[in-house]
Amino acid sequence: MRERLLAAFLFALLALNPPILSIFSARLFIFGIPLLFLYLFLVWAAIIVVLAWVSDLGPQRDGER
Amino acid sequence: MLQGWMILLVALGYLCLLFAIAYYGDKRADAGRSLIANPYIYALSIAVYCTSWTFYGSVGRAAANGIDFLPIYLGPTLVFVLWGFVLRKIIRISKAQRITSIADFIASRYGKSAQLSILVTVIAVVGIMPYISLQLKAVSTSFNVLLQYPEVIMPPRSLQVPVIGDTAFLVAMVMAIFAILFGTRHIDASEHHQGMVAAIAFESIVKLFAFLAVGVFVTFGVYDGFGDLFAAAAVHPALEQIFTVEAGTGYGRWVTLMLLSMAAIMCLPRQFQVSVVENLDERHVRKAAWLFPLYLLVINIFVLPIALGGLMHFPGGGVDADTFVLTVPMAEKQEALALFAFIGGLSAATGMVIVATVALSTMISNDLVMPVLLGFRWFGLTERGDLSTLLLTIRRGAIVMILMLGYVYFRFIGESVALVTIGLVSFAAAAQFAPAMIGGIFWKGGTRSGAMTGLSLGFGMWIYTLLLPSFARSGWLPESFIELGPFGLAVLKPYELFGLHGMDSLSHSLFWSMTLNVGGYILVSLMTRQNAMERIQGALFVDVFTHSGPQGGTQFWRGSATVADLRALLARFIGAGPADRALADYARMRGINLGKLRDADADLVSFAERLLAGAIGGASARVMVASVAKGEVLGLEEVMKILDETSQVIEYSHRLEQKSRELEGTTAALRAANERLKELDRLKDDFISTVSHELRTPLTSIRSFSEILIDNPALDLEQRDRFLAIIVKESERLTRLINEILDLAKMGAGRMEWQVDDVDPRAVIDDALAATSGLFAERPIRLDVQVGEHLPDVRVDRDRLMQVVVNLLSNAVKFCDQDAGVVKVVAGSRGGRFYLSVLDNGHGVAAHDRHRIFEKFQESVAASGEHPRGTGLGLAISRQIVEHFGGRIWVEDAAGGGAAFCFSLPFSRTLASRAAAQQGHEAV
Repeated sequence: MRERLLAAFLFALLALNPPILSIFSARLFIFGIPLLFLYLFLVWAAIIVVLAWVSDLGPQRDGER
Repeated sequence: MLQGWMILLVALGYLCLLFAIAYYGDKRADAGRSLIANPYIYALSIAVYCTSWTFYGSVGRAAANGIDFLPIYLGPTLVFVLWGFVLRKIIRISKAQRITSIADFIASRYGKSAQLSILVTVIAVVGIMPYISLQLKAVSTSFNVLLQYPEVIMPPRSLQVPVIGDTAFLVAMVMAIFAILFGTRHIDASEHHQGMVAAIAFESIVKLFAFLAVGVFVTFGVYDGFGDLFAAAAVHPALEQIFTVEAGTGYGRWVTLMLLSMAAIMCLPRQFQVSVVENLDERHVRKAAWLFPLYLLVINIFVLPIALGGLMHFPGGGVDADTFVLTVPMAEKQEALALFAFIGGLSAATGMVIVATVALSTMISNDLVMPVLLGFRWFGLTERGDLSTLLLTIRRGAIVMILMLGYVYFRFIGESVALVTIGLVSFAAAAQFAPAMIGGIFWKGGTRSGAMTGLSLGFGMWIYTLLLPSFARSGWLPESFIELGPFGLAVLKPYELFGLHGMDSLSHSLFWSMTLNVGGYILVSLMTRQNAMERIQGALFVDVFTHSGPQGGTQFWRGSATVADLRALLARFIGAGPADRALADYARMRGINLGKLRDADADLVSFAERLLAGAIGGASARVMVASVAKGEVLGLEEVMKILDETSQVIEYSHRLEQKSRELEGTTAALRAANERLKELDRLKDDFISTVSHELRTPLTSIRSFSEILIDNPALDLEQRDRFLAIIVKESERLTRLINEILDLAKMGAGRMEWQVDDVDPRAVIDDALAATSGLFAERPIRLDVQVGEHLPDVRVDRDRLMQVVVNLLSNAVKFCDQDAGVVKVVAGSRGGRFYLSVLDNGHGVAAHDRHRIFEKFQESVAASGEHPRGTGLGLAISRQIVEHFGGRIWVEDAAGGGAAFCFSLPFSRTLASRAAAQQGHEAV
């Protein structure tokens, strides 16, 4: 569990910060929604889903700390 | 129409509802049926993170800087990914140590240092001041804006109205009263405010739904969904920058905001309060870890739409973007929605103010005022009576003071600044706690001096690069302070310190304060040594999962206090009733009777300290307990023993001890065996020297008489015969002696060959008498024989039995009266055994010789010291023989003086004797 969360953290750190962020900082609209706005909320939602699955809803492991 | 009184009524009604919830929550907690003991309420209470800043400020920020408002919520999400281990560790530590605030936490980590707790409290109070002012500003502005309905007019500035008429001042007063009613109704040793948490959770729901309602209205009511809204915004060239991050400083600020919010979610006093201190169950963390980020996501979905809607609705900047949440519904003539939005904003503000003031007032009373008062001896705090009233008064005063400080900051500095900008100043202050806190739970090496240095430098930098410039911009310091630097020193310009430029002021401040904070913390920690207490606490914090048992914490008090003293101490701080209840609980848990106990053990002292720490903070509790406990902190080595897996060491030393005990036992046995061997060796030496002596006597006489015969061939015949007779006699004696020694040696070594048979004892006696008849004939001795008729057989070696009888008879002849000797032989059956006694009328055997006489070479010399006439081995051999056949031999006084030598033997008819004889036979 520890390793998975650490991996998720590193991924989120990378995805939600520059320079990756600058790729999506463009004046583009997807389905009428600004690209950056859409991108950030989708990544955010994905993180929450992973977090929920790993730390709470997924199969529980013993011996976690 | 929205009337002023109506808005007030709704607002007060809402506050009363909150109070009712809190009251009900406390009642339920007292009844043991907690309202808040579930992860959902826990997650909602953490959402106190979302204040007026989120409710009004985010929209304002988005209107000005676009997507820039978002890192403040992405940062906490990142932290919550790793929350599982970081927060659970902090919670575990806090429960074990009874931590009541972040100041308590940091001070406890670095050796329960009072200085550190004071410093952290000061930083927290000064740092949160802008944050409080933000809430006051938001509430008063929103109230004043709503009051203008249906017009959308910005209210006049506070400085233009007197303090008494200032809405913000009234808001501050109402909130102070409210916070006092909420947080300081009584002193609770556990420092849980369950009612408050319930109210906060309720507020989180209200503000979320209020904000969503406005968002949905703007997006789907005013516009036709997201696509329509964004499409409308896209045609405004002025709104272009909102959809992207500003190239240049935009990214730097993004990262800064991200880092600040990550630190803030852990280090803000109110976040520490709800997520750590008020946590009821560690397991709630698991669900809250994703529920809270989800809450943040949902509340942020409509920020950008509302901001865009507001910007398009009020072009030209005549309306403050921080009020869009309220003003857009107002402009659309949605009275009810506007009122709901106002309540949502009020809810966000009161939630923050209540928790922040409760957290800060606890810190001020526990970690600032108490240590200071304890420092003044003249105040005599240690001798005073009931202190719980004093504590409550301090806390209430602190709440009023905090709100007044917030008001002052608002009135003179904060009014002209956007909400988020004010809040970020507080975030930057709270972030200063991060190095000491995170370092403290993962790095044992951090020292008190390091933490003091880091915090002081970071706080100093924060004041210089953020707080002072904000004074300058509000005109309380000369403008030149920012433009030219103090005293015109350009290198010290607060926004371009040491020539660092090209960063926004917040990033600039964060860079310098964090560099100095982290650098100072690490560098000084590496250069200073920890004292015993710091090392203990360091180990307890970093290794909390190894050290904390079900009881939590480890005690380090040696020495003792009386139970009565502890009870009195507790009663003074938490009241007599709660103190007695806590002690009773303790006694029940441990199964002891405190009434009978006079002296409290170390465990009880620690328990009292932890209990007290809940009420007045760790550093103060330590001092108070030390005032009644006449002991000292355990020595470093002793504590390290406990900490460094000492059970192993102790077990090992136990084993060593046991081994050495066994060794001692073995040594003692060996020594005894050695002694026995030495004794046996000595006995053998004695025996050999005695034997040699005994052998030499006859040899000497044989040799000397032989020499006489050789040297004097002319000796007359008579003399020659006499000498020869002596030689023969002495030779016989020598032979007998050697035979007897051989017999004895054989019997002693168990190599004797026994010819065992059923023997008629009467026949043996007759034979023996016949063999000794010569001896009797030599001397005038009367022999009297009384042998019983029909004696049963005995199972013995016939010759050996005869040897015993002959020996006894010849002894009797030797030792009986020389002139009128009488020897009496009595034999028969006595007690089921064969019995024989030889009596004489000689001198007898002295009582003390009776046992010795059966030993080797112990001849009775009582007969006037004349030359011994036997070998001195006869009785020893007799005893060996008799005992070999299961008999017994002894000597007693004869009836008419003299000695009676007796022995008894078992008859062969009894099975036992047969078996014994058989065994004896087999043994040889």
